[in-house]
Order: sequence, then structure tokens, then C-alpha cells
Amino acid sequence: MDKTWNNKGWFFVLPVLALVLFSAAIPLMTVVNYSVQDTFGNNVFFWAGSEWFEELLHSQRFHDALWRQFLFSAIILAIEVPLGIGVALAMPRKGWGVPVCLVTMALPLLIPWNVVGTIWQIFGRVDIGLLGHTLFGLGLDYNYVRDPLDAWITIIVMDVWHWTSLVVLLCYAGLVSIPEAYYQAARIDGASRWAVFRYIQLPKMHRVLLIAILLRFMDSFMIYTEPFVVTGGGPGNSTTFLSIDLVKMAIGQFDLGKAAAMSLVYFLIILLLSWIFYTVMTNAGAERGRATGGEGGR
Amino acid sequence: MARITLEGLAHSYLPAPRGPEDFALKQLDHVWEDGGAYALLGPSGCGKTTLLNIISGLIRPTRGEIRFDGQDVTDLPPEQRNIAQVFQFPVIYDTMTVYENLAFPLCNRRMAPRAVDARVREIAEMLDLGSELRRKARNLTADAKQKISLGRGLVRADVAAILFDEPLTVIDPHLKWLLRSQLKHLHRRFDFTMIYVTHDQTEALTFADKVVVMYEGEVVQVGTPDELFERPAHTFVGYFIGSPGMNILPAEISGDRARIEGHELPLGAAYGRLPAGARVEIGIRPEFLSLARAGEAAGAAVPATIRAVEDVGRYRIARTRIGEHEVAVVAPEDGEIPSDGACVVFDPQRINVYADGHRVQEGG
Repeated sequence: MDKTWNNKGWFFVLPVLALVLFSAAIPLMTVVNYSVQDTFGNNVFFWAGSEWFEELLHSQRFHDALWRQFLFSAIILAIEVPLGIGVALAMPRKGWGVPVCLVTMALPLLIPWNVVGTIWQIFGRVDIGLLGHTLFGLGLDYNYVRDPLDAWITIIVMDVWHWTSLVVLLCYAGLVSIPEAYYQAARIDGASRWAVFRYIQLPKMHRVLLIAILLRFMDSFMIYTEPFVVTGGGPGNSTTFLSIDLVKMAIGQFDLGKAAAMSLVYFLIILLLSWIFYTVMTNAGAERGRATGGEGGR
Repeated sequence: MARITLEGLAHSYLPAPRGPEDFALKQLDHVWEDGGAYALLGPSGCGKTTLLNIISGLIRPTRGEIRFDGQDVTDLPPEQRNIAQVFQFPVIYDTMTVYENLAFPLCNRRMAPRAVDARVREIAEMLDLGSELRRKARNLTADAKQKISLGRGLVRADVAAILFDEPLTVIDPHLKWLLRSQLKHLHRRFDFTMIYVTHDQTEALTFADKVVVMYEGEVVQVGTPDELFERPAHTFVGYFIGSPGMNILPAEISGDRARIEGHELPLGAAYGRLPAGARVEIGIRPEFLSLARAGEAAGAAVPATIRAVEDVGRYRIARTRIGEHEVAVVAPEDGEIPSDGACVVFDPQRINVYADGHRVQEGG
């Protein structure tokens, strides 16, 4: 074993280490630090141990926010994924319609979050908003400031408007990569429209769908700006999602210890769920690929 | 199995074609006999795939009609035509097993499960896929995948014809040969009508009983490999088939004499009046030419200069020049090649005469 050891390489990794340290590790550890201590100001800290975590996990307020958050993400995924696939299937494959559709689809994605929030906040207002006033004029009792259900509907429609495009674009990319011969073979085999979707299009979209679902889950689970601008978490606490609750606690009440504990729990939940999603979906794919093992699998 | 008749067929990809140059496939009448093995040979973009897709029903022709055993199927969609088609790249359903892939066309037609099972097993046996039935199709090699796509066509009872669209493109060279002989074997055993599109002359000549040569949207010759070799109906066929291709030389013809570059050659037969103003050429295969020293040559010899000699193994190819025309000559491996003062000796029986590219019949 006359392997030469040259550790000079580590030297080049140092800048990255420093960067990661200051941008991620140190802030994260600061949060961990806050989460196990208590303070009454003046930079005087007392050891609190797991007190904040226990209090948080038993607090009704946290449970409610967490439940709302899950419900929101579930609704968002249930609407945006099928809708995105549907729109992608309906989009033209060639001709002048392609650029038109692609640009139209990309537009919502280019608008900054708080602008989207502001647009819908005004759009939905009963006094001056086009949507709100029209609905009101039609005799519907729509008011997202007073009615929790209306507030939810507004926020969900807004998110669908804002983010379905992402799913559409990803699915479309998967669809156009399918060679024409597959469709021709399916016609010769007498496959129905549904069979073509089930056995050709869906398997070919599998990978992009995985990415789309992961992205949409993480983003919707962390949503903050848009509902904050539109409803500010109200009416009452009905649209107070985890991130809004967290900001209220950290900056509104300046409850640093509890907020820090909450950030950590929040972070771990997202990490855990993303990991579960990823594992389940790649396993589903791998199972198809593995079978009896062999060459040529992608 | 069926006899496929094409009548007055033409196709253009433009919505309102005007001149003949708008047509990807020009006027075509042809009969594919029941049980024949045909190769459709031609360079890329000559309309082979268009013709194939018209037969399978993926494309509706602009003009003309297609009949399977006398029944007009021009307006029938592909699934009602009983056609099997194998594409350039293996098309398999990724998520299914080999068995499910083979059963798919039958299930789509709502066949009883018991009948499906029997049929799938029969076809799998026929294609040597019997041991792979439970495997996921996407894990198989490219040649096995091509066999699956072939099997999906064969599994339907009473397939009218099997169409192959350059099916060996993605197959490894040593498997190509194997798969091709398997196809030939299937053909001999079950008498399928097979139409095989390719731009590779070796593939076409070894596979088919009859080769259909296409050029710029037209069928220029239909014939056995021998006919294509000895009597090319069009200068393109002469040039495209054979390696090197046929030598084409401008000539003047009178009776049974040809004049090229001021030298007179005898022809195997007498020719009547050729169309006035036509471009007249003679064609002869390099295999039917030989080299000799000037003065020693007997019969139809023309002086030539030798530019280069290529050794290709069992024989040599001499690249010579008569006047300003390139002429390739196949010379035996051990024969002497005169360095200067050489002549090219023609075999008069093997000379074909062409007017505007088309072969002229003797006597007429």
C-alpha cells in the first residue's frame, strides 16, 4: 500500500465550508440555541431544556395551524396535479399554438409572490374588486374578510392560478419527449384514449411528476406571502398557516424560545414528509424497473 | 394473410398539392402478393416510410385506394386493418411485463382471457420469448424488445401483413444477423406477407424474395435480387445496388453498336430508334468489366487510364477513367493490372441501354 496522501485538496474546500457555515450552520445552531433557552431581555439567558418543545407539541394553537397546513397542501396537490396533467395533455404539440401556450403558462410564475397576493386581495374585494363585486352583484354572499370558507377558497384559487403552470410545464416537457412511434403503435394495437394515457403517457411523465409533486408540496407547505397579503391569517385564525403563525410568534410576540422550537419542528416535518414522498415515489418507479433485474433499465 | 393491392396511390403532406414535386409519394400501382417477403429499398426521404404508413393506415393517402384481398380499406383506421408494424425504435409499454405487452392488443379488443392466454403463449413460443413472459419488458435488450413489438402484431389472429420500418437500426451488428434469419425463418414457416423497409441493400437483398426500389417518391423497379443486379430498370437502381454501383457512360446507339468517347462497342442485341432528344447512356456492372493490356485485348475494349486500385479482400477494385468518365472495374485478387496502356474490356451481353434514366428494351 504505497498510496500517496495529499491533503492539499481540503484547502480548496475551505471557502465552501466557510460559506455553508455562515449561511446555514451558524444560523441553524442559533435557532437551536434559542429553542433550549429562555430570556427576559438584556441578553440574559436561562436554560430551559425541552420545555419549549413540550409546550409547543401540546399547544392547541400549533395543532390547529399544523392541521390547516396539511389540509391546505393536500387540497393544493389534489387540484394542481390532475389539473396540470390535464392542461398539459390538452396543449398543442406543434404549430403557432405552442409558443402562445408556453408563454401564457409561464406568465403567472414570473410574478413576485406579494404582487400575486396584492392582485388577488384587490381582485376579491367586494367594494372595488372585479371578482368580489361581480359575485356580490350576482347575489352571492362572498366576502373573504368575514367568511373563513370564502377566505380559503380565495387563497386556494389564487395558489392554483399561480402554481398550476409549474406542473403543466413539467408535464408538457415529459409529454413532448414521447416519440411519435408510441402513439402509432398504440393505434395499431387498438388502445383506447385512456389506455394511451395510462400505459404510455403516465409512465413517461413519472419522473417529472415526482419533481412537480415534491416542489408543489414543499412550496405549499411553506406558503407565507400570498395568504399573509390577502387575509393576514384571518378571519380569526382560519387561514393562519404554520409560517404565518411562526412569524406572529417570533416577531409579533417576540417569543423567541417558542418560535425557535417551532421552526425546528416545522423544518423537521418538511424534511420528513419530503423524504417519505421521494422514497415512496422512487420505490414505485424502481419496483417497475427492478422486477427480475437486468440490462437496459433506465 | 392477404393480398394487398395499391391502386393509383399518391400522397402529399401539403393540404393542396399542385405539381408532382409536392408529392412525397407519386402515382403508384402495385400488388403485394399473399405470403411474399418484400423489401422496400431506397435512400432516406424517398417515401418508403410514407408508403408503409399508408398501408398500415396511419396516413390516409391523398389519392388512390388500398385493397386487402379485394376489400377497400382506404378509410379504415389502423386498428381495424389487422396490420402488424415494427418501428425503427422498439416500442414497448414500459410498465407492463412481456406477457402483458403481448396481451395488450387482444385485451383492447375484449377477447376472452382464456383465449388471450393461449394465443400469447403460442406467440411467445414462436419468438423464443417463452422464458421471459414474467419479466418487465423495459429490462430486456433492444433485440428482445423488437421481438415484443413484432409479437404484439402477430398475436392478433389473421394478420394481413407485417410491416417493418428499418427494424434493425438499434440492434447490435452481431444480433442483426440473428434476428434477420429468425424473421426469414418465421416467414418460411408461417407464410406471413412481410414488407421490410430499409436503406441497407444487404438487408434488403438477403431478406426479400422481391425488392421494391424507390427513388424520389416513385417505385423505379420491382424485382428479384438477381434482376436488380443484372437488369436494373433505372440508372438509380444500378447505382444504388451493388458495391461499387453500376458504371454509367453517355453513349450514342445505332442498331447493335454503341459509341462512347469515340470508340465503338458491340452490344448484346440490336436497339430500335431511341426517343429523340433523350439522354442516352449505357450501364455495365464493374463485375462484367475486365482489364487488359492494349493490343492484347480481344473484342470490345476501350483504352483507359488507371487512377487507383483498392484491395477489398477477395477482389480488387480498379478505379479507371475513360475519357472524363470514372469507371470502376472488378479485378481478380491475383490477376495482373497493367500499369499503362491499359484497356477496359466490356462484356457485350451485360451492357444495358438507358434513355433518360430508364432502361430501353432490346429490339423495340
